[in-house]
Amino acid sequence: MIFSRRELLIVGAGASLTMALPIMTHAATSDELIATFTGGAAVAEGGITLTAPEIAENGNTVPVSIDAPGASEVLILATGNPNADVATFKFGPLAGSFVASTRIRLAKTQDVVAIAKMADGSFASAKSTVKVTIGGCGG
Amino acid sequence: MAEDVKPRVKVPKTAAAGEVITIKTLISHQMESGQRKGKDGNLIPRSIINRFTCDFNGENVIDVVLEPAISTNPYFEFDAKVPASGEFKFTWYDDDGSVYEDTKAITVN
Repeated sequence: MIFSRRELLIVGAGASLTMALPIMTHAATSDELIATFTGGAAVAEGGITLTAPEIAENGNTVPVSIDAPGASEVLILATGNPNADVATFKFGPLAGSFVASTRIRLAKTQDVVAIAKMADGSFASAKSTVKVTIGGCGG
Repeated sequence: MAEDVKPRVKVPKTAAAGEVITIKTLISHQMESGQRKGKDGNLIPRSIINRFTCDFNGENVIDVVLEPAISTNPYFEFDAKVPASGEFKFTWYDDDGSVYEDTKAITVN
């Protein structure tokens, strides 16, 4: 295919636009999400448990579970994903315990972080490193 | 609307008053993350379930906000307190506005 000068310019502009897109999707970093969730309050290490496998063969479905006694809300983050936020759990008045499990996608080997907002307004966090053999974000 | 969306929920049929029971839920949904590229090289638009709630007789048990990083066929396991006989109501909210619902009755003896 032979491009005229004008066509080439249009194609070039399109290409640079698609190159710029992934940078925009990286905007939601884990630090910013933590700041939004806590409102800048200090986060204590420990007090809650985040269970995740050490090695995940398939990043498309990694089982994780949280146990956050006394928490009202728990935010889960995957620090190495294109979008760091994974899920937010809110425990209602009839929650039998502060345990919940789900399955998440991990793009690569990274830290999974859980931050819990306690009933008294303080924050606690837990971290777990997961080695991912095959990433789970397509592409 | 996503096709073939089928919620599956596992709740015990009976419980003692005040007992804490474990509930498992799964819903078939492709959870398109918006990160993948199709055969034509363009990004497939995001299409996920963005919220899941469970209520018992109108009182909230758990309320989850889902992001694209939740796996295909979202699975949740959690505990609920059963103060009396009643009905669990499970609701999933799709990006496209669809709402999927399921209910399970439980008897306290």
